[in-house]
Amino acid sequence: MPPGEPLVRPDWIIQNLDIIGQRLAEHLGMTATAVSVGFLISFVLALVIRRRRTLTAAVIGTAGILYAIPSLALFAFLIPFTGISFLTAEIALVSYTLLILVRNILLGLDSVPGDVLEAANGMGYTSRQRLWRVELPIALPIIVAGLRIATVTTIGLVTVTSLIGQGGLGYLIVVVGINGFFPTATYVGALLSVALAVAADTLLLAIQRRLTPWSRARGATT
Amino acid sequence: MTTAGPHETSSVAAQRQTAPPTTSTTSAASTSGAVVELDHVTKRYGPPGTAPAVNELSLTIPAGEICVLVGPSGCGKTTTMKMINRLVEPTSGRLTIDGRDVLQLPPVDLRRGIGYVIQQVGLFPHMTVGANTAVVPRLLRWPEARIRERVDELLDLVGLDPAAYRDRYPAELSGGERQRVGVARALAADPPVMLMDEPFGAVDPIRRDRLQNEFLRLQARVRKTIVFVTHDVDEAIKMADRIAILQRGGVLAQYDTPDAILAHPANEFVERFVGADRGLKRLSLARVRDLELIEPVIVQAGADRTDASGDLRSSSVDFALLVDRGGRPLGWIRESDLDGQGLINPEQAMPGANLLEPETTLRDALSAMLASSVQLGVVVDERERVLGLVSVDQISEVLQSGLLPVRTDAPG
Repeated sequence: MPPGEPLVRPDWIIQNLDIIGQRLAEHLGMTATAVSVGFLISFVLALVIRRRRTLTAAVIGTAGILYAIPSLALFAFLIPFTGISFLTAEIALVSYTLLILVRNILLGLDSVPGDVLEAANGMGYTSRQRLWRVELPIALPIIVAGLRIATVTTIGLVTVTSLIGQGGLGYLIVVVGINGFFPTATYVGALLSVALAVAADTLLLAIQRRLTPWSRARGATT
Repeated sequence: MTTAGPHETSSVAAQRQTAPPTTSTTSAASTSGAVVELDHVTKRYGPPGTAPAVNELSLTIPAGEICVLVGPSGCGKTTTMKMINRLVEPTSGRLTIDGRDVLQLPPVDLRRGIGYVIQQVGLFPHMTVGANTAVVPRLLRWPEARIRERVDELLDLVGLDPAAYRDRYPAELSGGERQRVGVARALAADPPVMLMDEPFGAVDPIRRDRLQNEFLRLQARVRKTIVFVTHDVDEAIKMADRIAILQRGGVLAQYDTPDAILAHPANEFVERFVGADRGLKRLSLARVRDLELIEPVIVQAGADRTDASGDLRSSSVDFALLVDRGGRPLGWIRESDLDGQGLINPEQAMPGANLLEPETTLRDALSAMLASSVQLGVVVDERERVLGLVSVDQISEVLQSGLLPVRTDAPG
């Protein structure tokens, strides 16, 4: 840091609002892509596991290993195949969501009480109707809980992808801030990243509450 | 849909349902039930050769009757019930509903045409009471307006105010209320057959008794064919038109009316299962109105003693019944108090005539009579006017004869 340079320069922030906004949007986009794709894959995996329970260990184990690989190592492994690209970044981000999402979708579906399933079968739901109209709605709070963790985690991880030329707010934190010896950009990027995580988490929770009014209905009246 | 599933009957019956409900249990309520027939049905969970859960079971359940499957755990009663809506697939044998082969129908269509109530109720927690009740009509794609109308009608039928309950969630209901919603849900598409798996098993005894009575009144109106599973003999006796007692290994030990089973247990197993007090249990099956009432000797205060004395000597009873001007019983007069001349003195009467209603069970009548010094019961109508008398001897005759007086609603 050059001597005499102040820690935060508000004038820079004001002058560069467009760039900051652009990076914020990019961050949001990368997160949304990763969580959506991750959710779709996890959903399919969870449904497959429910048909064949013997696959549980294999799928959860693989997702666990993916989750445990350090992100930098994963980039290094992927670059020979997919280059320094958006795709490389997304593959890494998606693979980190799988463990949490598959587990929570399974947990959610398993939380449906046995008597509810039996009643649903007895009423004459087809297995597809039962899944969409009974099991998934009841599993929703646990599934959304998984989505919230995955989203918050991904928002943090997106910053790391700045190392392969992506990164959203990570670009501000690492490339402009750290590499450019300009702390203001680091602070702005970090702060916005945290704010984004909190906002996304709150929004998802609000959506879940909205969709599951029954989960707060408690207490017998007589 | 290519199958002429049970829905055909359902829609016809649904229209019939809109007719004003019959309140009396004895009047000929229209039977919307269907005959359920099991023909040599066997279920084996293991490979051929292993012990079957249900073994060569044959039962014919007449339309509009409650058939209770009862027996110790492991007797295959729940398995038997679940084969009727194919939640369990039979290994061999034939099941028909109104002559239609159950195994030829797509299971999903079959189930939509059969009501289903389970012990833990299994209400869908994410749906309101109204939506829970509407499940089967929605699956059958009824128009929304008709569904709304039907939901309110059903909630009324099970004694829940539609306006107050329609939009509540199951978590906001008591156990008894949930059970009622479960029954409403099962009745929604007006199925001819209902399966009930220990439906009152999860509620406390007092509420169970109330729910049972409520359900019997409901059944008197809707006349479904009901297959009811329980492990409780008393519940079976109370609810059943016919009881099928199963023993371990899914073997039918006896299939008959509650009275016949209590009077003539087919074997030692049935005898032990129904209990040593089966004589007394039988008495809960018959009511005072089923007995031939004894002509009472009725006297009023101020009447002439000699007349009354003569009447009493020529009668089979030992006491004259003193009544007020309105004909309401006041007490008993002994024969010895009628000796001599003069008018009847109401102060000589022994108070405490046992008043019985025609609906009183013989079991309750007996305990009332045994508790008082004059072992006679006075049967009165709703305005307390005397209809006749019953005696302890009459009831003990019933016990000894092994036959209950004919009941109007008794099958067979």
